[in-house]
Amino acid sequence: MASLITCPHCGSRPKEEFSIRGDALPQRPAAHAPDEAWHAYVYLRDNVKGVIFEHWHHVGGCRRYLVVERDNVSHDVLSVTDAARFRRAAASGQDGVVAAGKDLA
Amino acid sequence: MRYSALDIVRQAFSGNRHWKPVWREPQPKAHYDVIIVGGGGHGLSTAYYLAKEFGITNIAVLEKGYIGSGNVGRNTTIIRSNYLLEGNEPFYEFSMKLWEGLEQDFNYNAMVSQRGVINLFHSDGQRDAYARRGNAMMMHGVDAQLLDREEVRKMMPYLNFDHARFPVLGGLLQKRGGTARHDAVAWGYARGADQRGVDLIQHCEVTGIRRDEAGRVLGVETSKGFIGCNKLALATAGHTSVTGQMAGLRLPIETHVLQAFVSEGLKPVIHNVITYGAGHFYISQSDKGGLVFGADIDYYSSYAQRGNLATVEHTIEEGVSLIPGLSRVKVLRAWGGVMDMSMDGSPIIDRTPIDNLYLNCGWCYGGFKATPASGFCFAHLIAKDEPHYTARFLRLDRFERGLAIDEGGKGPQPNLH
Ligand SMILES: Cc1cc2nc3c(=O)[nH]c(=O)nc-3n(C[C@H](O)[C@H](O)[C@H](O)COP(=O)(O)OP(=O)(O)OC[C@H]3O[C@@H](n4cnc5c(N)ncnc54)[C@H](O)[C@@H]3O)c2cc1C
Ligand SMILES: [Zn+2]
Repeated sequence: MASLITCPHCGSRPKEEFSIRGDALPQRPAAHAPDEAWHAYVYLRDNVKGVIFEHWHHVGGCRRYLVVERDNVSHDVLSVTDAARFRRAAASGQDGVVAAGKDLA
Repeated sequence: MRYSALDIVRQAFSGNRHWKPVWREPQPKAHYDVIIVGGGGHGLSTAYYLAKEFGITNIAVLEKGYIGSGNVGRNTTIIRSNYLLEGNEPFYEFSMKLWEGLEQDFNYNAMVSQRGVINLFHSDGQRDAYARRGNAMMMHGVDAQLLDREEVRKMMPYLNFDHARFPVLGGLLQKRGGTARHDAVAWGYARGADQRGVDLIQHCEVTGIRRDEAGRVLGVETSKGFIGCNKLALATAGHTSVTGQMAGLRLPIETHVLQAFVSEGLKPVIHNVITYGAGHFYISQSDKGGLVFGADIDYYSSYAQRGNLATVEHTIEEGVSLIPGLSRVKVLRAWGGVMDMSMDGSPIIDRTPIDNLYLNCGWCYGGFKATPASGFCFAHLIAKDEPHYTARFLRLDRFERGLAIDEGGKGPQPNLH
């Protein structure tokens, strides 16, 4: 993986400053959503081979959650977006931030 | 292919040029009773036990690379049955018993070595947890011994007993645990399956699963064309989600990379398998003399069979913290394997919502030791459509039903198990 990651808030920083949480696409269901929705959210993953979106926490920097677009075969990092911005862009269906937005809208 | 002492002498005098291949290289037939996807340890042992114990021999094992190219040939070869929970311990003990008779059973030298596995503890709380685990093991009739600091010192004087933060206070020993030669396990099962008529088809990648309108599996699309089957069994380890997706399954699995390391050859020094309770470091010494060790996964999703340097550094730091003498040892090789990390750290051997599709996955980084029992139980399931007694908790729907088998109590985080 790239040793330097460009944080939208802090600029170019060593990868070791970040902690990787995992898949950024599952969305938390409403509290009273049916058990199936909660099961899917907590336990099931698409686990695609290729380009994925992950939550990274910039622990050694701004401490913001970021969404990192990454190829999990080549380990290339393709884009880094603030998680709130990612979510807003996804919700409004606006492109330019991420292609995955349409799945989240 | 059989071996004898006479053969070895004869072949030695003719430059070892006349050994015959150990298994056939058949072309796929149009149809099989059972197709197993994945020629790793679990796929091969499943084929072997289906043929040997359950009388089904019209089987193909489809492997996209070559036999042994996956995790079965990449692991650190530790075998043990020192689990805590009811859902796991009888299954792993069944595996241990199969290991103990394996070489006679398939007539092949798998170098099974019961040199003892010791889990070190470094605090009072950890000692209590290990005592509890040892007791749970004994309740299932499995050997376990809690050693104090001086007993451990006699076995392995080179440990960092007086580490300021993580002193070695003792360990939980399972004497019957140890190691096995991983490639030989794959080869032994492959040879045994081939001898019983199983077609091992290498360099044959499954690219799709064909189903009829009712949803039943008809067969698989592969790089060698369509192959039909009555029953389809997936044993694709790190690629479980990819093959599952071909049948529309979304699974409680995430794929992560784990690295392993081997040092230069040394005189015999580490006589057992040691695990570090303050980190996740584990080490043993191969019969060739190299120290074989590893630690945590890289913590991010990956389908690349290689990891990153930060994990290399972390692993070596843990090792040196436990065994200071390691700092003088040179590492010769390192590699990675991609693993099917499940959401509770325990495996799945089960049927699926699709009637004739069977699933074997979720082995995390502990599936090598399970190879014999996994194959036996999966074969039992495929042949009889009901779970083997020891695998009855390893169900796909356990998460939905609130019956996760979480040995570490870590919650649904695939990278923490
Ligand atoms: C570095 C490392 C260290 C480990 N250490 C230990 C240890 O000490 N003790 C222990 O118990 N376990 C250990 N493990 C875990 C253990 O190796 C695995 O859990 C186990 O090998 C997985 O089962 P398998 O042998 O069937 O997998 P694999 O050998 O990976 O078999 C799966 C096969 O499926 C094939 N495949 C995938 N997709 C397709 C497709 N579409 N078509 C055809 N074929 C396909 C792959 O090519 C592969 O050969 C370790 C793993 C790693 C990576
Ligand atoms: Zn930052």
